[in-house]
Amino acid sequence: MAQYLILIYGPETADAESIPPEVWQEAMEAHGRFSEQVVESGAKIVGGEALQPTSTATSIRGDVVTDGPFAETKEALGGYYLIEANDLDHALAVAKLCPAPEGGVEVRPILDTSGG
Amino acid sequence: MSHLHEGDGGVAHVHSAVAEAYRREWAFVLAATARVAGDIDIAEECAADAFGAALDTWLRDGIPTKPGAWLTTTARRRALDVLRREKTLRAKLPLLIDPEARGAYGDAEEPDVIPDDRLRLVFTCCHPAIAREAQVALTLRLVCGLTTAEIAQAFLVSEPTMAARVTRAKKKISAARIPYRVPGTTDLPDRLDAVLTVVHLLFTTGHTAPTGDQLVRHDLVERAIDLARMLLLLMPDEREIRGLLALMLLTDARRATRLDPDGRLLLLEEQDRSRWDAAAIVDGRALVFEALHGGRPGRFTLQAVIAALHAEAPTWEATEWRQILDLYDVLLTAWPSPVVELNRAVAVAMVDGWAAGLAEVERLESDQRLTGYRYLAATKADLLRRLDRPAEAAVAYREALALADNAAEQRFLAARLAEVGNPVT
Repeated sequence: MAQYLILIYGPETADAESIPPEVWQEAMEAHGRFSEQVVESGAKIVGGEALQPTSTATSIRGDVVTDGPFAETKEALGGYYLIEANDLDHALAVAKLCPAPEGGVEVRPILDTSGG
Repeated sequence: MSHLHEGDGGVAHVHSAVAEAYRREWAFVLAATARVAGDIDIAEECAADAFGAALDTWLRDGIPTKPGAWLTTTARRRALDVLRREKTLRAKLPLLIDPEARGAYGDAEEPDVIPDDRLRLVFTCCHPAIAREAQVALTLRLVCGLTTAEIAQAFLVSEPTMAARVTRAKKKISAARIPYRVPGTTDLPDRLDAVLTVVHLLFTTGHTAPTGDQLVRHDLVERAIDLARMLLLLMPDEREIRGLLALMLLTDARRATRLDPDGRLLLLEEQDRSRWDAAAIVDGRALVFEALHGGRPGRFTLQAVIAALHAEAPTWEATEWRQILDLYDVLLTAWPSPVVELNRAVAVAMVDGWAAGLAEVERLESDQRLTGYRYLAATKADLLRRLDRPAEAAVAYREALALADNAAEQRFLAARLAEVGNPVT
């Protein structure tokens, strides 16, 4: 098994409070279903969170602290999952199930730094 | 030379046997070695070493009855040696993932029958997680055994650029753990389509080189045809492989007639059909019939049928244009591509007249998907010329000429430009 990070990108919502409850509910259900499907596929979710919008981000380059995300992109990183899968095909099959209704996901293999 | 076995015929004979084995067996040797080595770079090195060792050993002991088996066994033994030596180091690096491997690498026994892993190799090279141009480069490098320099030359990029492209793709295979396997039934249609797209891209790049002095790069055309033959041998039930092979054979059958003595491109309507390769056409037609048998034809088979109709037609004018137009309509539903629409426009012109064809071309021009595509301007120019609108034709020929980088195409377009009364100055 190898670990992959699924990065979920999409258009930004101004803030979490402005999301209508039914949309929120729908998203939670979609992610709940996703978690079940991951288990069924034989992969494993190691971790995963949703992020506050980039308007809350603070970037630090060297010693300089600036307001905003590291890179301005049209579609922002909105959340992630860390998963364990057999290989890239397995990870991609899982990532295809990941809810990202208005955007998409990026799959990145985790670099093993354990040295063993 | 006295120590040579009788009938081996000396150094030249052994050299040509090794060269022949390289051409025929490289993919088999590398693919089988990759499974043992668990790493493409090690497998490549060991396979190359085995071919090097063959020169000396075959000269001394004679050419083995099964050169491929000899080379594979030699390469796999070397791979196992390397792995034993580097075991502690290798354990830290990501390995080629073989989901069916039993036990860890290095413990693998050499089986009596060496499995044919060429399909694994092809599907790994053409994995959708690898960029198309890198898929092409990897396939040429790993499956066809071309050197990076040869691939760079074929695609007219610098050797360091091509080397970087190949290295990056290989790194991704191991770091992202792209599995070394043939995809399962669910994924197979899409994955096979990616493989066939790569083979077709090799062919089209060879058939009409995008740039340069040569119209055709025969090496690429032959590699593409060889690859399709290999795929057909390994997956005889996949009808689209037959379709693609047919398409390439029927298209390449015109090879001797595509240039005039001055190196100017000759269009299909100008070619001497009596000099088309009759044997290739017979093979191609037989493959088309087989490909059509047993279900809805795919995009390569449909294009092959169109190529077969051209091959059978006594002249350009006496071609079954109505049937070709119908086939393009079917092809568009199987493969909605603006390039197909442009080809269809030519069939429309032949069935419904030049003006109707031009209307199709102008419609395509306005939707901008083919902006910068040299054959759009060239087709428009040709239709305007036939409609006796020389001034507009000249504008379109100039546009096509500005986009054409191939010398034979440039000569053709310049000649046409002169015909419509606007010689290149």
